[in-house]
Amino acid sequence: MNLSAETLEKIETTIPKYPEKRSAVMPLLHFVQSEQKYISNEAIEWIAEKLEIEPINVLEVVTFFPYYRQEKLGTVHVRVCRTLSCALMGAYKLGDELEKALDCKMGHTKEDGSVTLEYGECLAACGTGPVVLVDEDLYEKLNQTEAVGPMLEEIKKRAQAGAATE
Amino acid sequence: MSEDQKDDGLISVFVDDKEVRCKPGTNLVDLVASVGEEIPHYCYHPKLSVSGNCRMCLIELGMPGRDRNTGEPMLNEDGTPKIMFFPNPAIACGTKAGPGMHIRTKSEMVKRCREGVMEFLLINHPLDCPICDQAGECKLQEFSTDYGKGYSRFVEQKVVKPKRTVLGPRVMLDDERCVLCSRCIRFSKEVANDDVLGFVDRGSYSTLTCYPGKQLENNYSLNTVDICPVGALTSRDFRFKMRVWFLKETPSICTESSVGVNTLVSSREGKIYRITPRRNDEVNDTWMSDSGRVIYKEVEDENRLSSDSSSGDLAQIHKYLESEKIAYVGSGSSSVEELYLYNRLSRTTRSVANYLVAHTQEGDELLISNDANPNTRGALSVGLIESLPEDQLSDLGSKIDAGDVDTLVAYNEDLTAAGITAEQLAKVDVIYFGTNSNATSEAAAVVIPTLTVFEKDGTFINQQFRLQKFLQAIPGLSGVADDLETFSQLLNHVEPDTGDLSSVQAVWAELSSEISLFEGQSFAALSPEGVALDGSTFKHLPFCEGKTLHYEPAAETVEAEA
Amino acid sequence: MAAVERKILLKHADEDYYSPSIDSYLEQGGYEGLKKALAEKPEDLREAVKDSGLRGRGGAGFSCGIKWSLVDRKSGKPIYLICNCDESEPGTFKDRQLVHKDPHQLIEGMMISAFANDVALAFIYIREEMPLGAKILEKAIEEARAKNLVGENILGSGYSCDIVVHRGAGAYICGEETGLIESMEGKRPYPRIKPPFFPAVLGLYQCPTIVNNVETLCNVVHVVNMGVEEYTKIGRHGNTGTRIWCVSGMVKNPGYYEIEPMTMKEFLYDVCGGPLPGRKFKGCIPGGGSMKILGAEETYTDREGKSFSFDEIIVDYDGIAAAGSMSGSSGMMILDDSTDIVEALANITAFYAHESCGQCTPCREGSLWTKKITARMCTGGARPQDVDLLYDMAGNIGGRTVCPMGYSTTWPVQSYIEKFRDEFDSKAQANECGMKSFDERLIEK
Repeated sequence: MNLSAETLEKIETTIPKYPEKRSAVMPLLHFVQSEQKYISNEAIEWIAEKLEIEPINVLEVVTFFPYYRQEKLGTVHVRVCRTLSCALMGAYKLGDELEKALDCKMGHTKEDGSVTLEYGECLAACGTGPVVLVDEDLYEKLNQTEAVGPMLEEIKKRAQAGAATE
Repeated sequence: MSEDQKDDGLISVFVDDKEVRCKPGTNLVDLVASVGEEIPHYCYHPKLSVSGNCRMCLIELGMPGRDRNTGEPMLNEDGTPKIMFFPNPAIACGTKAGPGMHIRTKSEMVKRCREGVMEFLLINHPLDCPICDQAGECKLQEFSTDYGKGYSRFVEQKVVKPKRTVLGPRVMLDDERCVLCSRCIRFSKEVANDDVLGFVDRGSYSTLTCYPGKQLENNYSLNTVDICPVGALTSRDFRFKMRVWFLKETPSICTESSVGVNTLVSSREGKIYRITPRRNDEVNDTWMSDSGRVIYKEVEDENRLSSDSSSGDLAQIHKYLESEKIAYVGSGSSSVEELYLYNRLSRTTRSVANYLVAHTQEGDELLISNDANPNTRGALSVGLIESLPEDQLSDLGSKIDAGDVDTLVAYNEDLTAAGITAEQLAKVDVIYFGTNSNATSEAAAVVIPTLTVFEKDGTFINQQFRLQKFLQAIPGLSGVADDLETFSQLLNHVEPDTGDLSSVQAVWAELSSEISLFEGQSFAALSPEGVALDGSTFKHLPFCEGKTLHYEPAAETVEAEA
Repeated sequence: MAAVERKILLKHADEDYYSPSIDSYLEQGGYEGLKKALAEKPEDLREAVKDSGLRGRGGAGFSCGIKWSLVDRKSGKPIYLICNCDESEPGTFKDRQLVHKDPHQLIEGMMISAFANDVALAFIYIREEMPLGAKILEKAIEEARAKNLVGENILGSGYSCDIVVHRGAGAYICGEETGLIESMEGKRPYPRIKPPFFPAVLGLYQCPTIVNNVETLCNVVHVVNMGVEEYTKIGRHGNTGTRIWCVSGMVKNPGYYEIEPMTMKEFLYDVCGGPLPGRKFKGCIPGGGSMKILGAEETYTDREGKSFSFDEIIVDYDGIAAAGSMSGSSGMMILDDSTDIVEALANITAFYAHESCGQCTPCREGSLWTKKITARMCTGGARPQDVDLLYDMAGNIGGRTVCPMGYSTTWPVQSYIEKFRDEFDSKAQANECGMKSFDERLIEK
């Protein structure tokens, strides 16, 4: 398993925090995904061995949670909340705009791997809907045109930065 | 009531107002089954942990009420305890019997619950019963007859899932038929200790799978097929071979090892199609090995001895039995009755020495023991041998070389495999009884074919000294006599007043009077679960078995090994 | 006088002078409650929380003190405390505010609760969709550790307890306490059957475990600081303390508001500014997406037979219960006359179909089925019999599942139909493709 020293250190310090090793499945998956942008079978088997469980136990968790991906995520991960409050405030219209602006089909990752655009379920920011989560950053009240621009700028900046490092 | 409780430790539970006495903590599904009623269920299995996911066993549950303020029991006008039913139904499988508990299994609410669950289970289920192997023993079919609507309200697209997935060398999976009860997953984890199965994805898209690159290939994989309540898991060996309703089921005992797994042999018109485990809580619970299920293939083994391949007949044997240097080698896979007659024959012909060949193997600590002979204790019990057998017959070899043995009777054992050389065999006259040809039968002067365990009745004594019976599932090979018939005739030749001992019943009449271990037993009265005999006479022997599912080796044996 | 907020938990959160740092918290008298608590006996603290009447803010509204009193303290096994910060109920975003803006209040609440319950290891299960929140909490814990407020021998008291932040990965079901526990154990978050797996006895690692919501634990700080007598003066009997209501949807001023019980009219008009211009309220989903809707035109009757209007509903646990719904996670979603009720239901059922864990039959199959029917109804394929079918079928889910999530499908379906039957019927009869208020792709197929 080819992981950075930093990620490996995080893994080693996290496991002993739990009374039982198996509890570290989710944090380990988070660390691996944040570095590799997806969870490979190799990663599943590696984590299973690390935590002394069977690979199927890890796969069961990976496939349950929508956040864990078995296919590579784009450099920028854009999630548009589609649950009721945001939908009432125009989440789907926003989704259309983003599809166009980012030239990315909803529910897909762009071919160049720069952006993943998708609808997500309630992001717990219903009072300021519609909201979008760009990687770890929340953008709110996106039914106001002036709010969308800066977000798009940021997405494009990150996508380019990602392309440059690769 | 509380007075009764002290007497027998039992409590009263009321099932649809009928009082039932049971041990406290009895699972309600089992409790209701014990009075001949059924609570429909899919995920519950008496030998697995309770998961409570299918929701088919919902019942109404009530307890005697207590006044919230005073804590006093609430009473009806007639002084009987007032039963307070919970507003929501409870799962019977997750509920343990408690004193005074009331349950309703037939109320309108319970019926509605079952109908609701049935409908949900069926909406995404394919309508492929006509080509499904499970048809005829499918719980989905059975309960939909009882609780199904007969028509579907579902007009949407069904969820599509993988079909015809090879889960392992012996098991096929159809995910669309799966009701996600998780029995197979729990079995693999809890019993087979091989955690390879799991659910992936979630909600209605949840799918049973094996980890990519791994297989469900442990030697207990077919139990998942047995416990699958629907047609999701099927046996690759049995698939599409025979409709289950044509099958005749015969109780039998697995000969794989001294565990003595209880089985059901399913056959039609003299042909065996499958072997499945038969529940015995003292022996194998509801499980058996995959390897034990294919033993029936020996019936049609290409080396099987038939009436055509026999050489000589019983009359030819008579002169050999007159030898004063005769020795007998028996088999631990013969039945108690056979070994009894064989032993008697050896005694009446003044055998120089009797032997049994040990067949040891590495057990799996579950349902295969270290002793590959199913009936070593039977041979001890009837007195054919007095000490534990060895796998090499070196003593016999020396006796042959020394000229102390000139006639050798072998029963279902290939002596060359037990260390008797071809040269040694050539020095003696060999009489061979057995199901299969081998180097010994090749060298024998007389060969008498015998029957397999599936073609005759009998009993074995397993490692726990449990006497268990098996019944004839299919007719014997044409022209081949039952082993008991053969030995009975030979005995009557040597001792004309022996009487007819050609049936197990007749042999048991003698066994129960001649051998104290068998006192009071008879073949007819022996229950399907068998009976535990008092094997303490043999306690001193260092039996080779280690721990298995329901067997702990005696302490002395363990120490001796250490 | 117009009704106003009463800020206790959110007293400093949005003020300019305030930041999530420990210095900011200490400046405002933070961790005094913990100091006070460490000088008391754990059983006295438990008694105080019980007497305070503090009810769980996560959904069921069960007494926090009673929950603590059920913990098996004789087992000899460690006792665990888990803070449920898996805030996922549609319409709810209060925990986000508490975690992002005042993390030390939560940590102090956890440490007091941990001490009161002899807990040596506590966890915060925070949903994946709040990555920043997780970082803030982790930083706050380190700050607190540096000041000896978390970790070994806290403030020299001899008491030690650590907190571990555990991130989710996108599953509503992890908000159910036993699902959360399974997930903490590294398994699929399938809720456990109860009996026997009551967390207070057989929780995390089969040890006694307390699972409390973020807001509940934050309240513990104030129970200790104020004392039971003062605390119980806030709110009303059975509904003590403030509650943070999250308001979203078709209302002038959506947001989060910390209030004492008041009427719906006061709340929606004085606090939330009333309906959008030219619109009329249609109703509100009072406690997160799974709760029964309250119609704005409806007349309600309480247990004593007294009638009252939507405007008169008291916004607290018992007031909303009296109107036949539940205050749940206090996520209030407002619908107005522009909202197509069938489409709103289709949106909600799509959520619960997506979030059903799939463990038990009724919810697994029923949630997806309701989603498929409602989606079909909204895309021109409605049939007259669909309304009765939906209603009847949804009735086979709630109360028959392992966890309460069965109701999350049953309650919306049944209450929307009961209260807006004519809208459903006209959709079913017209067989039209409506899509008045939403985009068509609202309805996933």
